[in-house]
Amino acid sequence: MEKVIMGNHAVSYGVLLSRVQVIAAYPITPQTQVVEMLSEFCADGRMKASFIKVESEHSVMAATAGASIAGARAFTATSSHGLALMHEVLHWAAGGRLPIVMANINRTLGPGWNIWTEQTDSLAQRDTGWLQFYCESNQEVLDMVIQAYRIAETVLLPVMLVLDAFFLSHTEEPVDIPDQSLVDSFLPPYEPRYKLQPGDPHSFYGLVAPEHFMELRYKMQRDMERAVQVARQVGADFGSTFGRAYDVVEKYRMEGADLVLVTSGSIAGTTRVVVDELRTAGQRVGMLKVRMFRPFPFAALRESLADAQKVAVIDRNISYGHGGIFASEAKAALYGAAHQPLIYSFIIGLGGRDVTPQSIRSIVSYVQEHEGPAEQIIWMEVKK
Amino acid sequence: MSGQVLDEVQIKVPDEEWMTSGHVACPGCGAPMAVRYALKALGDNTVLIVVASCWSIIAGPFPYTAVNVPLLHTLFATGGSVASGVKAGLEARGLKDTTVLTLAGDGGTFDIGIQALSAAVERNEDFIYMCYDNEAYMNTGIQRSSATPWGAWTTTTPVKHPKDQPKKDMVAIMAAHRIPYTATATVAYPEDLMRKVRKAKGIRGSKFIHVLAPCPSGWKSEPAQSVLLSRLAVQTRAFPLYEIEHGDKYTINVWPTRELAVHEYLKLQGRFAHLTPEAVQQIQETVDFEWKRLVNRARASGQEVPSDQLCPG
Repeated sequence: MEKVIMGNHAVSYGVLLSRVQVIAAYPITPQTQVVEMLSEFCADGRMKASFIKVESEHSVMAATAGASIAGARAFTATSSHGLALMHEVLHWAAGGRLPIVMANINRTLGPGWNIWTEQTDSLAQRDTGWLQFYCESNQEVLDMVIQAYRIAETVLLPVMLVLDAFFLSHTEEPVDIPDQSLVDSFLPPYEPRYKLQPGDPHSFYGLVAPEHFMELRYKMQRDMERAVQVARQVGADFGSTFGRAYDVVEKYRMEGADLVLVTSGSIAGTTRVVVDELRTAGQRVGMLKVRMFRPFPFAALRESLADAQKVAVIDRNISYGHGGIFASEAKAALYGAAHQPLIYSFIIGLGGRDVTPQSIRSIVSYVQEHEGPAEQIIWMEVKK
Repeated sequence: MSGQVLDEVQIKVPDEEWMTSGHVACPGCGAPMAVRYALKALGDNTVLIVVASCWSIIAGPFPYTAVNVPLLHTLFATGGSVASGVKAGLEARGLKDTTVLTLAGDGGTFDIGIQALSAAVERNEDFIYMCYDNEAYMNTGIQRSSATPWGAWTTTTPVKHPKDQPKKDMVAIMAAHRIPYTATATVAYPEDLMRKVRKAKGIRGSKFIHVLAPCPSGWKSEPAQSVLLSRLAVQTRAFPLYEIEHGDKYTINVWPTRELAVHEYLKLQGRFAHLTPEAVQQIQETVDFEWKRLVNRARASGQEVPSDQLCPG
């Protein structure tokens, strides 16, 4: 069934179809419609889930983690300052190997107050042990919720799916809402191997001495590495079931491309349009959309950029004192590769400033006019 | 020693054990006693949640556990929120009768965890929250909490500047949420403690039990005197044993058997050794004021007050 819905409601429908059992949430702009619609689903009986209306995001993640370790499929959604407030508990959920799924609506962190999109909130949580996927369209958002549970419950790590504030969260697009029976065949009920079970007195998350701790983290990293292949398989299976296949990166018109634009989120949609334009004009330009950020798909990046001469990484985020975060990962991926393209690191659109087709054309012009990047960070459309 | 100020007592406690030997509490610690009695009252259809506190250590390091029920260790500020999620998760799996018991110290309850706790009981989540109150941050080395009593020494309230604020009235704060059941308990009265835990188990909604748990390391007291101190706290009326139903029905559960000055309780604790007679007198006046208010509330709730307990005025 096709509906025209906003990105936030695409999240809610994904949660409904995934038969989530416990939701805990706290409202924050621009996430609110996700939980408002889930409240409706729970109230009118379409979802048989408990919805715990907690008093802060710290409690959101604690309640979600509690539900997950008790053996239930759990969900939440947040954004920006809410995500930052969860930080401590994000580590607890991932280190606790809990397959929670969370939607994060990318929003700028203050001060000053800013409700518009920027990726720094989610990227600042990159070392917590959560898988991260960045979505370009509302269809991808809905599809990713369902895939996220299968991936999380396979590798026993939590998954954060990320969508841009307003450009996706509040923008209505046609979305195919799959049949429940089809989703049920793709996503079986959650059968946790480890859970709180009366009569089975195990202890969870107690004191672990240096003698054992490092092995826990080694296993976590191994499962993170495994998650790349798991995500590819789940994305391919999703394609077989629903007719929309996904990979950890998407190569768009990369055939023979000398110049590759690397980006993520809704900027990928804008970039796609410009790539089409430039291809029509005979220019050899392509796009590599990075869907999975944690674990970072190093091999896919290396393989995708094996023939590129110039790579422009477009970051709507910044690690202060370092630069664009996707750019830094791309450089790490290509270090030691047989072929080393020139990498241009662009920062654009912070605090929700619009990134237009003209912005992307300017980036392409800069790369074409410069034999190499003139600066480590190329700031676009900033009043210096 | 105890015979000098208190009568000998006999107590009856079930033989069945849900805590094992081999836990790693300090000698004389009141906290494992509180949990041992609580689990005897609850039995095995229980999930125990331990908030960051001394009990994070007492339960034993990986791969050991000192309790025979499932145990979830959790972050400092999450006692109320994790319990809400665990209860919802168990119910989603059809385990509707399992009791969720959250255990936290005074730091996790009075201070860093009060927001999540207040929210959980405001939602009237179905769980028992037990605070074992040793009146300071003992696990990190005796720093003051908002549960530390007026006049007490801690490492952050040194003798030259002992704590100059009164202990936060956490029971009143919980009762003000109009939750179905709020009670105080202490380890010298295990039958009273177990009765309260059993009563809490039978009530749906949020239950808060505040247990005074002596800490020889932090109170600078003799490990062998922890139960005596617990009893003296009640008998001197410094820590009365009472319960509150739905925020307004007060019942005093243990009536002190004689007039005993609070000095008898304070003098066995090195944390009060610096107090002047005037300071002790000030504490006595506060104790008398609070006791009188409590007796009046119990009487207003319909409890018959023994004639020898009637406060003047």
